Amino acid sequence: MSLKPKHTNRGVGRLDAELLARLQFTLTISYHFIFPPLSMGLGLMLLFISGMYLRTKDPKWRRLSFFWVKIYGIVFAMGVATGVVMEFEFGMNWAEYSRFVGNIFGSLLAAEGVFAFFLEGAFLGLMLFGGNRLGPRMWFLASFMVALGAHFSALWIVMANSWMQTPAGFEIQEFPKPTRAVMTDFWEVVFTPSFIPRILHVFFASWTAGAAFLASVSAYYILRKKEFADLGKAALSIALPLFILFAVANAFIFGPESARSVAETQPSKLAAMEGIWETEDGAPMYLFGWVDEEAGTTTGLAVPNMLSFLAVGDLNGTVEGINSFETPPTAANLTFQSYHFMIALGMAMVPFALLAAVLWFWKRKLLEYRWALWILVSSVFVSIAIIIAGWWVTEFGRQPWIVYELMLTADAISPVVSAEEIIVSLGGFVLIYALLMVLFLYLLNAKIQHGPAPLEEIESKPVSELPDTLRGIFAARGEGKEKMTR
Amino acid sequence: MILNEIWFILFVVIVAGYLILDGFDMGVGILHMVVARTDAERRTLLNSIGPVWDGNEVWLVLGGGVLFAIFPFAYASLFSGFYIAFMLVLVVIILRAVTLEFRSQRPGARWRSGWDLVFSLSSLGLALLLGVAFGAVIAGVPLGPDQEIRTNLFELLTPFALLVGLATVAMFAMHGAIYLIMKTGGELQARCKHYLIYLMGGFVALNTLVVIAAVVMGMAFTERYLDQIWPVIFPAAALVAMGAVWYFVQRARYFLAFASSSLMILLLLTAGAIGMHPNLLISNIDAAYSLTIFNAASEEKTLVVALVIALIGMPFVLLYTTGVYYIFRGKVSVEPDSY
Repeated sequence: MSLKPKHTNRGVGRLDAELLARLQFTLTISYHFIFPPLSMGLGLMLLFISGMYLRTKDPKWRRLSFFWVKIYGIVFAMGVATGVVMEFEFGMNWAEYSRFVGNIFGSLLAAEGVFAFFLEGAFLGLMLFGGNRLGPRMWFLASFMVALGAHFSALWIVMANSWMQTPAGFEIQEFPKPTRAVMTDFWEVVFTPSFIPRILHVFFASWTAGAAFLASVSAYYILRKKEFADLGKAALSIALPLFILFAVANAFIFGPESARSVAETQPSKLAAMEGIWETEDGAPMYLFGWVDEEAGTTTGLAVPNMLSFLAVGDLNGTVEGINSFETPPTAANLTFQSYHFMIALGMAMVPFALLAAVLWFWKRKLLEYRWALWILVSSVFVSIAIIIAGWWVTEFGRQPWIVYELMLTADAISPVVSAEEIIVSLGGFVLIYALLMVLFLYLLNAKIQHGPAPLEEIESKPVSELPDTLRGIFAARGEGKEKMTR
Repeated sequence: MILNEIWFILFVVIVAGYLILDGFDMGVGILHMVVARTDAERRTLLNSIGPVWDGNEVWLVLGGGVLFAIFPFAYASLFSGFYIAFMLVLVVIILRAVTLEFRSQRPGARWRSGWDLVFSLSSLGLALLLGVAFGAVIAGVPLGPDQEIRTNLFELLTPFALLVGLATVAMFAMHGAIYLIMKTGGELQARCKHYLIYLMGGFVALNTLVVIAAVVMGMAFTERYLDQIWPVIFPAAALVAMGAVWYFVQRARYFLAFASSSLMILLLLTAGAIGMHPNLLISNIDAAYSLTIFNAASEEKTLVVALVIALIGMPFVLLYTTGVYYIFRGKVSVEPDSY
């Protein structure tokens, strides 16, 4: 089924263009992928916060809702702004890829637009400005729809990416030119072998990051802002248990499940992740190390037989080595380092989370240990770093393929886009993205320092007067017609 | 074959949806610093589009996705061929998106007026760039036998493409002004009304120039109009819709004025699409190299699957889009938690 790689001699100019295109894609996707996990995770946290308000009617939860919705708006805007780039980039930099996969990959992107983006786009306004226009239940509903949209979006994207990892439900059509993959079975395209383990891994990682974000800011308030310490404690009572739950579940269930799926469906990626050069029975698992790609060796501290045990389920199971593949992985060390970075930090989270849990449920002792709270403050950065590293594992581990065992990355670039043009666009992205990051962090910091505003300042009328049924909403704005602008 | 035709129509509808919806918020952006002078007025403007802009922009993302899925060869050739132009489009899209969320997050006057400028220029830039790209496409592109477009930014910037770009700016500014007349009151509304006549006049004049230039230069997309008479109803109806805009504004029926303006955009795009059909990208090297809705399309299976997805999804899209517009209907009010 696999195509013969068309190793055309492209000369130095093309090689540079390929490298630059890959560099640009790495930058733009890594940067973008900071935000969608937060949109999902923080969206879920907002549902818990506003859900607590619905249950208890304690105004502190309402105050927290107003505050976190504002933060959500900033995060969401960054996600939208950097997300459009991705859709354009496939055509701009990867024209041959787009021609090859349009039938399949394009359909999944279009479906994402129809099923996810419109949901988010339509309800975002209601979510961001619902506080003074909708009753608490309807506001909750609007937030729910936005969070649902964010999850749908990830679903279709991970689906499309999983097809690149483990393509299925297609056949290759060579005529008329250009050669392309055409769909033979929609459901096989949707449920490729790697899809389910990967999407669960992504969901749990995103929820961990969202809970960590809430926990970070709350811990900061307890440490540094006396006036918001009570709000911080309230939010922490939600964020901490969820953070522990998600982090532990990912480390012990969904992470390993994802790795087993790689072992089964993408053996060359597994070999790169663990730096295994020769096929062996009872392969070791490195705790850390260095893959020397020129010498073809891996040095580091390893646990004997562990990889075979985890990947194959047998201490003496066979793991294929890098040298055994006709087209071996080309970014082995980068994959290895990203993978071990992810594992190390993900695993470090577990004892910390368990310790925090003990301290928290044991008479809230955690609040007295300032160092533990400071670690909690750092948890959002760690979570995001882990997610990016995970994305690098899956993408670098697939190289040199853009579609696993079907199309080489080198054959996927746009023939008409020159290295010079990519230097211009890459420079533009670096400049704009750096500027945006500065502004984003500045704004986020300003919001956090300012803290949740008192309800008197932010509410324009009492909660009881806001429409809280669907019928109420549609009837309510009639009066708006007479309202003049201030 | 009928599937390709259906998808061509759907694609035109999606592009029209984008031009009508993001068109008015681009227009509001273009007028931002012209009609709104105080911070309160500018916040009113931002809040008039605040709850809906993200949904509007989704139509562009959907259009891109549909082009990728249904006509992948056209998508790949266009986006790689117009590389730097699309890079510029991305820059202004990024700036617009963050401006809306960032601007009113800080109280400082310099912070806000800085973002006001970014918002205006990025809206103007996006309208201009989209217009220029559209102008370049309808004029024909150097599409070779290998499906590649070999051109650069400066070759795209022909006088004709620039003219279409300016006409697009005028069209969105006019459309945005009508939206603001509908959504605001008092002095702000009066100012928009004052500018409307100039914007309408400017748009009609520029659009007439575009048509004359296209006919004089003998562009491929005008040929159908020279052969047959029936397609002329579309541009003619667009002209009638323009008259209706003016009529309804005079009688203070602002929603109908806005509906007429939206209809006018749909009719104009349809007129252009009829001229292009069945081409998506016309080659000015050899007509045989043109990419059409047949030779650029995905296989039947994909067209069917995508149609099923559209039939399931689009009713929901229309439901909640109209729902949100209905909820935020009426004049804009600025609340403590607004933009």
